[in-house]
Amino acid sequence: MASFSDIAKAVESKFPGVIKETVSEGLLPHVVVESSRVREVCEYLKTDPDLAFDFLSAIAGVDKGEQLEVVYLLYSYAKLHSFTVKAKVSRAEAKVPSVTSVWAAAEWHERETFDLMGIIFDGHPDLRRILLPQDWVGYPLRKDYKYPASYDGVDLRRDEKDWPDPGSEELYK
Amino acid sequence: MSALQSDIWTLNMGPQHPSTHGVIRFILRTDGEIISDADPDIGFLHRGMEKIAELIPYASFMPYTDRLDYLAAINMNWGWALAVEKLAGIEVPRRAEFLRVITGELNRISSHLIGVGALASDMGAFTPFLHAIRDRERINDLFEEICGARLTYNYCRIGGVSEDAPPGWLNRLGDFLDYYEPMIDVFNDLITNNKIFVERLRKVAPVSAQMAIDYGLVGPNLRGSGVKFDLRKQEPYSIYPELEFDIPVGIGYHHGDLGSCFDRYMVRIEEIRQSVKIIRQCLKVIPEGEIIAKVPRTLKPPAGEVYCRTEAPRGEVGFYVISDGSPKPARVKIRTGSWSAMSIIRDLSRGWMIADLVAIIGSLDIVAPEVDR
Amino acid sequence: MKQTIDIVINQYLIAKWPVLSKVPMWAYYLLWMLIIGAIILGVASLIAGIASWVERRVAGRMQSRIGPNRVGPIGFFQWIADGLKCLFKEDVTPTNVDWPLFRFAPYLVFIGMFGAWAVLPYSARIYAADLNVGILYIMAITSLVVIGILMGGWASGNKWSLFGAIRSSAQIVSYEVPAGLAVTTMILVSGTMSMQGMVKAQTGPLGIFGWNIFNNPFTCIAFFVYFIAAIAEGNRTPFDLPEAESELVAGYNTEYSGMRFVFFFFAEWANMFLIGAVSATLFFGGWQGPFANPDTWWGVTIGGAYFFGKACFFIFVLIWIRWTLPRLRVDQLMAMCWKYLVPIGFVCLIGSLLWMSIFGNRIFFGLISAVATGM
Repeated sequence: MASFSDIAKAVESKFPGVIKETVSEGLLPHVVVESSRVREVCEYLKTDPDLAFDFLSAIAGVDKGEQLEVVYLLYSYAKLHSFTVKAKVSRAEAKVPSVTSVWAAAEWHERETFDLMGIIFDGHPDLRRILLPQDWVGYPLRKDYKYPASYDGVDLRRDEKDWPDPGSEELYK
Repeated sequence: MSALQSDIWTLNMGPQHPSTHGVIRFILRTDGEIISDADPDIGFLHRGMEKIAELIPYASFMPYTDRLDYLAAINMNWGWALAVEKLAGIEVPRRAEFLRVITGELNRISSHLIGVGALASDMGAFTPFLHAIRDRERINDLFEEICGARLTYNYCRIGGVSEDAPPGWLNRLGDFLDYYEPMIDVFNDLITNNKIFVERLRKVAPVSAQMAIDYGLVGPNLRGSGVKFDLRKQEPYSIYPELEFDIPVGIGYHHGDLGSCFDRYMVRIEEIRQSVKIIRQCLKVIPEGEIIAKVPRTLKPPAGEVYCRTEAPRGEVGFYVISDGSPKPARVKIRTGSWSAMSIIRDLSRGWMIADLVAIIGSLDIVAPEVDR
Repeated sequence: MKQTIDIVINQYLIAKWPVLSKVPMWAYYLLWMLIIGAIILGVASLIAGIASWVERRVAGRMQSRIGPNRVGPIGFFQWIADGLKCLFKEDVTPTNVDWPLFRFAPYLVFIGMFGAWAVLPYSARIYAADLNVGILYIMAITSLVVIGILMGGWASGNKWSLFGAIRSSAQIVSYEVPAGLAVTTMILVSGTMSMQGMVKAQTGPLGIFGWNIFNNPFTCIAFFVYFIAAIAEGNRTPFDLPEAESELVAGYNTEYSGMRFVFFFFAEWANMFLIGAVSATLFFGGWQGPFANPDTWWGVTIGGAYFFGKACFFIFVLIWIRWTLPRLRVDQLMAMCWKYLVPIGFVCLIGSLLWMSIFGNRIFFGLISAVATGM
């Protein structure tokens, strides 16, 4: 069972310069890697016998304002340690190499991240929307998402005085 | 003479379906009975929970987590509470921890009862499902006494639980366990050891440990393939380190293949027994005390992020919560067990028959709300 | 039967109203046949309806619940309510159906089931017709059901219905073979194909020990072969893959609603009685039993009661099996038929023949009567 800094050092020594930032304090220590080299890093993390990250727990897309983040949450059943890798991409060009060839679980996680956050995964065998209908417009989990006025002929507008926005402050006074 | 020409049929195993697993749809391409491709089409129950979580305060999101998997609502509540408590650094009183474990394990029993009952009813044995429901009704009555609801409990709170056990509840729970533990053997006599049932399942769709880990299977599905991993033992949380229980794994029961549908089913049956054991231990040592910690009315956890996993009946449920210091979360990502179980079906069901597809879906214990969130 | 009609018509009706002699005799025969047919239809529908109520109550008790209990005492009129509801339902036919076949399929299934009731030996003197090829006629006419199911499944224009229909026809046609083998064994043991003849061949001490099931060990096995094959032909669990609810909604029945659906359903329950009746006739002595003396009128009545009692017992066993066992997959079902039941059926056939030629017929009866007379 290796500690976070050991794993980070192993990655750095294998791929010098790929780590752009290391955050080792807090509840979720993570490394931020160069977004174009995510697949190599993940493949190394999985195949190296001391690291053996065979379980991809989740891939999360996060909208951080100017940048979108892709968070890979990894775990090893063999060594019982966990690790987190992040890749940051710009909103204009949200492309990350796909890790489907490393973990088969990534196929659906990446489809979901594409569906809801709009991040394109290069090399994904079948990148299409998974939760929303194929002809949906927009990426809902982005902070600048505009709810559509109608879909398939159904009027989706809300009357604000009857249905106040659930995020509004009046509800929680 | 040339071979018989046969076409590939495209069939729709539609969102409305008598199988009790919820609204999921498969586009099947079959050659007669043999499936060549089973393409899942999900999203019918997508309610945008992750988006909703960004709009409301932390404590208000608790009822939504019930609906995340309504058959195992306590465990979903617990996962969310645990994630936020870690973020905010809240310590839960001991009695609340015990109540969480007791209700969580009770919910595990009732969720597994539905899982195995649904699999049996998909195989055509309607009676064991109703016997399981009859026993689950008693669990529902116990829950109704403690938190007022039979299905979506909304019982955990950030910092503890919402209600203390009413007087006599713990005794009634002990009586229920005394009644129920022999019923597991009765259930096994009826269906688990029935030759037709065993033959339907014991060699169907074996998932190797390698494939299970690669596709991200968790919970009883992973343990059915022989991987002895349980978050309650390997990454313990709450008071699980003080409790003694086994982790059942699939061993190729009844001379079947390791990781077959029957192994996954059998793991659930054995887990019910282990849950009964856990609850009995808790009942012996539960202390008196507070049931909820002092938490500010508008909880503002410090900025940070956490990924917290708990062992729900259908596998691990992971809450990745990012806080930016405001009363509402900045991002919540929910990872559920049925998601990966659904993703493996396409590659797992190739070459099996349509009747086996029903067995596969039932043995993986997929529920639509977990898949779609 | 013909003499009865002749006597009745000539002595009673024409004697009183000579004008009736203008009507040709065949018209009277036809009228008589229609009356008997209507009676049998009424009785069969009544039995099918009550069987549906029994099934729901028994299923409820087995599943730890009550079953229908609102409509009438212990829910007894539930089947009347269901039948009336289906009569008044709107006749929904989907657009893609093959209209003539869609309409005709339920009738074929209906004919296939109810036609067999004409030769059942309800009692020594109560029967509609005693064909000298009785059991062969039953096997033949129940095969019409296959055509009806295939037509229903194809004409529904629904791929899942077609699936159910194909599975069902494969299943029924396959299971005709072991059923036929078991029946052939009993034909050879009884020496006759006529249903009344088979029952009469089972006389014995106390009315019980002459039953064919006690005749020789191979007929005992033949009973189980026949029973299992009959369950499969009737599409009951554990062989109800064609109607498997969790997979195919209702198989070939999916697109049928209202009265057409009732035809399919009642045919299934009438078939349960038929299985019971044929099992009772072939293996359990039909109307034979203690005090069922065919010469006296009360003996005939008791015999009738025995026959219905035995058939109803088998209906209960069928219901019991349905709600206990899961269903077999289609390849396991076929394997069970061809790899297990057919060889066992042949063993029964050859074994019975050998037994009869070595030990003589009805050895058990012979033993009992030897013991009885010796004492």
